[in-house]
Amino acid sequence: MAEPRSEVQALRRTFERRRRLGRVGLYTAAITAAFLAAFPFTWAAISMFKQNQDLYVKENNPFWFNLAPTLDHVRLLLERTNFLVFVRNTLLVGIAVVIITLLLSLPAAYSLARLGRRWGERMGIAIFLVYLIPPTLLFIPMSRVIVTLGLQESLWSLVLVYPTITIPIATWLLMGFFKGIPRDIEEQAMVDGYTRVGAVTRAVLPLVYPGIVAVVVFAFTLSAHEFIYALAFNKGSAVKTISVGIPTELIRGDVFFWQALEGAALLTAVPIALLFNFFLDRFITGFTMGAVKG
Amino acid sequence: MATAVAARRRRDWFDSERVLAPLLLSPAVIYITALVGFPFVLAIIFAFSDVTTGSADLEWVGFRTFGRILEDPVFLRSLWNTFVFALIANAVVVVAANVLARVLTADFKGKWLIRFLVLLPWTTPISLATITWLWTLDSIFSPIDWVLRNLGLIDTNVYWLGRPVLAMGSVIAVHAWRIIPLAAVIMMAGITAIPTEITDAAEVDGARFWRKHFEVTIPLMAPIIAVAVLFGFVLTVTDMSVVYVLTRGGPTHSTQVLATWAFFKGIEGGALAQGAAIALFLFPVLVAVAALILRMARRWELH
Amino acid sequence: MAVVEARGLTKHFGDVKAVDGVDLRTEEGEFLVLLGPSGCGKTTLLRMIAGLEEPTEGEVLIGGEVVNGLPPRARRIAMVFQSYALYPHMTVFRNIAFPLKAQGMDPAARQEKVEWAAKLLDLSSLLQRRPRHLSGGERQRVALARAIVREPTVFLLDEPLSNLDAKLRAAARDDLLSFQRGLGITALYVTHDQVEAMGMGDRIAVMNKGRVRQFGKPEDVYHNPADTFVATFLGSPPMNLLEYEDFLVGFRPEHLLPVSVAHDGERTPFTFHVNRVENLGSERFLYGHLEDFATDTRVIAMLPSTVTVPIPPDQSHSFAVALNRIRFFDKETGLRIEAQRL
Repeated sequence: MAEPRSEVQALRRTFERRRRLGRVGLYTAAITAAFLAAFPFTWAAISMFKQNQDLYVKENNPFWFNLAPTLDHVRLLLERTNFLVFVRNTLLVGIAVVIITLLLSLPAAYSLARLGRRWGERMGIAIFLVYLIPPTLLFIPMSRVIVTLGLQESLWSLVLVYPTITIPIATWLLMGFFKGIPRDIEEQAMVDGYTRVGAVTRAVLPLVYPGIVAVVVFAFTLSAHEFIYALAFNKGSAVKTISVGIPTELIRGDVFFWQALEGAALLTAVPIALLFNFFLDRFITGFTMGAVKG
Repeated sequence: MATAVAARRRRDWFDSERVLAPLLLSPAVIYITALVGFPFVLAIIFAFSDVTTGSADLEWVGFRTFGRILEDPVFLRSLWNTFVFALIANAVVVVAANVLARVLTADFKGKWLIRFLVLLPWTTPISLATITWLWTLDSIFSPIDWVLRNLGLIDTNVYWLGRPVLAMGSVIAVHAWRIIPLAAVIMMAGITAIPTEITDAAEVDGARFWRKHFEVTIPLMAPIIAVAVLFGFVLTVTDMSVVYVLTRGGPTHSTQVLATWAFFKGIEGGALAQGAAIALFLFPVLVAVAALILRMARRWELH
Repeated sequence: MAVVEARGLTKHFGDVKAVDGVDLRTEEGEFLVLLGPSGCGKTTLLRMIAGLEEPTEGEVLIGGEVVNGLPPRARRIAMVFQSYALYPHMTVFRNIAFPLKAQGMDPAARQEKVEWAAKLLDLSSLLQRRPRHLSGGERQRVALARAIVREPTVFLLDEPLSNLDAKLRAAARDDLLSFQRGLGITALYVTHDQVEAMGMGDRIAVMNKGRVRQFGKPEDVYHNPADTFVATFLGSPPMNLLEYEDFLVGFRPEHLLPVSVAHDGERTPFTFHVNRVENLGSERFLYGHLEDFATDTRVIAMLPSTVTVPIPPDQSHSFAVALNRIRFFDKETGLRIEAQRL
């Protein structure tokens, strides 16, 4: 029955070898993935500090400094362009959109998750279908609507329109989270004397907190990413967001202010990526609940 | 006494499910109907008219606008590009995101840093992420060309964005690069949802790495993969920023897609009706694809 | 069939010692039960034997060979999980065939083996069904079929009956045992249910906090517990434990009887003040306290229905326990000590 000693030893060595190869494979894949994903950003990080004479020479090594690094371009970005204005605009719009999104999608998600089972699922699908009508289809009539409302060339045009993008996803995400909470909790609160609304605010909402965080991050990111509405509605520099301002203002005709461009891209990319990385595990929970149960 | 009871009754009515449900749902529904439904109808009306940005009036012209755009070879090219780009990019995404999802669900040192780097393409605003590629693919200063030149593999630069086929490839690559992190995150959710007892059982049953992956993990992830493919496809088909920033649709319209062509014709060119008509071609295909994938996903739901 | 051995097996998860030095050795073909409360380390121990966890220290031997470092598939073991872990997207046939496919067996041979296993477990009519269309008992049989189709030398079972309805459990236990006996495969069975353990095991290893407290035949573990943990974990209701001077006195509820029916020979008398009587038909449970002890510790007596002595509540009665049924334990360590004078 038992195999002779040496065979088992050899078997063990084979498996040990396979395990080690597996680890090597894993690290290789991880590093390759990170490299492929981030390499445009890595030399954006270097280029933004390069002097013009260094950057605009074809033969120079692009991956390191051939002449001393300089902060000139960063200074140009911050002082001589409207970058900071763009940042402020993006933040203002983002915060406003997040608030509107939460105000509208929280009750909607609760309603769909808890009340009315027959049409609850159908409404969920309807919401998803709305998401399929993209800004690239609506932007033309929408720009007409914006002009009619007199909101062109203002941040309000974006604040009004962006929730149409964020609310469907927010509702879908929050639905998943609400479904994950047992009904007993609000029923207990109602037995204790609260109205349904009171019960939900006091007892259930604190439990959906991770879902709310996910929505906040998502909604903010979506509004910071948005390009076509911003491009179509606002042409004046003072009301541009980062997403549109950078490509349009730092490229004047044929002249590209590359270092400033790279700097702007990097300064925007890193904080958002840090934020996402921090909350990634919560997002996965949200997706699992939304996709599997929703 | 009577007023107290009446007040209570009013409050209870407010509490009832039949009243509360639509009440809670209506703000969101009204908002969306007004700001999506209405412009959507308007888009259809525009497409059947001859409206431009200059004039305020709207004249019904039937199918004439559609006729005009269908005769335009650039439109046909845009239509073709839109779907080819999306299909190829997402084919790459499905495979790469799968690998990435497995890597990110494993345990290893430096995982937080790797995750951070891998997320950058998705979390950066699209236009800015594309700008970093603009330099990377520059006709003179491209670092990729620099490496290839110094390795002796090429003599003169590859005009990544200047030659039609290469430009198309570049657009597809940027789309894939951007969507892989998102798809990977969605698939990570799928992987973690598989009960560990099942993968343990596969291990005990003797399945090695590839067999376990293809015969157990992937079939059980199928609905989630479908969701990821759907998102990726929709995001690619409806995006205009990548092409706009990278190539403006060039060289000579070889990378033009429906979204950018609608923009150039409608907003920059002023022919609103044509722009609306071009954009409308996006809708039926999106619905068809979505319905298809949702149906497949429902069939695969095993619980 | 193989003998499974654990030598000094330890598993640390960070600071937590899930398994803290376990030594165990099965007999060939025996049904060995690992019994203990949640978190005692029994499942971790089983997983180390299976090869799903690597031990921090110690060795696992199967069939006399050290198998540390070998993955499960190389150990010739089969495992049945608590949820049965059937592949939901495969038919019963494919589920059973899966291990054979992994081995590289050709389709014709696979077909034969699957049919053999299906026949053995009465599954032949269910081969084309999916797991979600099977009852709990049917799923267990599929899990067993999948397990034996590879002709393993050891069977590992992780609480496979706990997901079944109480009514089905007895029948399932029966099927499982006759199955194992018929094949003669060494089996290690994890459970927290002491009734199951007593009814099924050839020997029981009682575990708590990562250690084996006692290892022996069910009767031994029941009647001669090695410490207070084993004494109170086995038996329902558990052994009565009372403080006396500087040690603990223990005896089981079924041994505390009215003097008229108690054991005739050497015995210790007690005055039992009964507070409450529960008459369940087949037995009577008496709850109260013993006046001979300083403490008010609750004492339970269990009288079979054949004992018809009337016991009115809220009264004191004369009871006795046979001397050879009284156990003594150290107050601090809980370990069994030799007989003391009372």
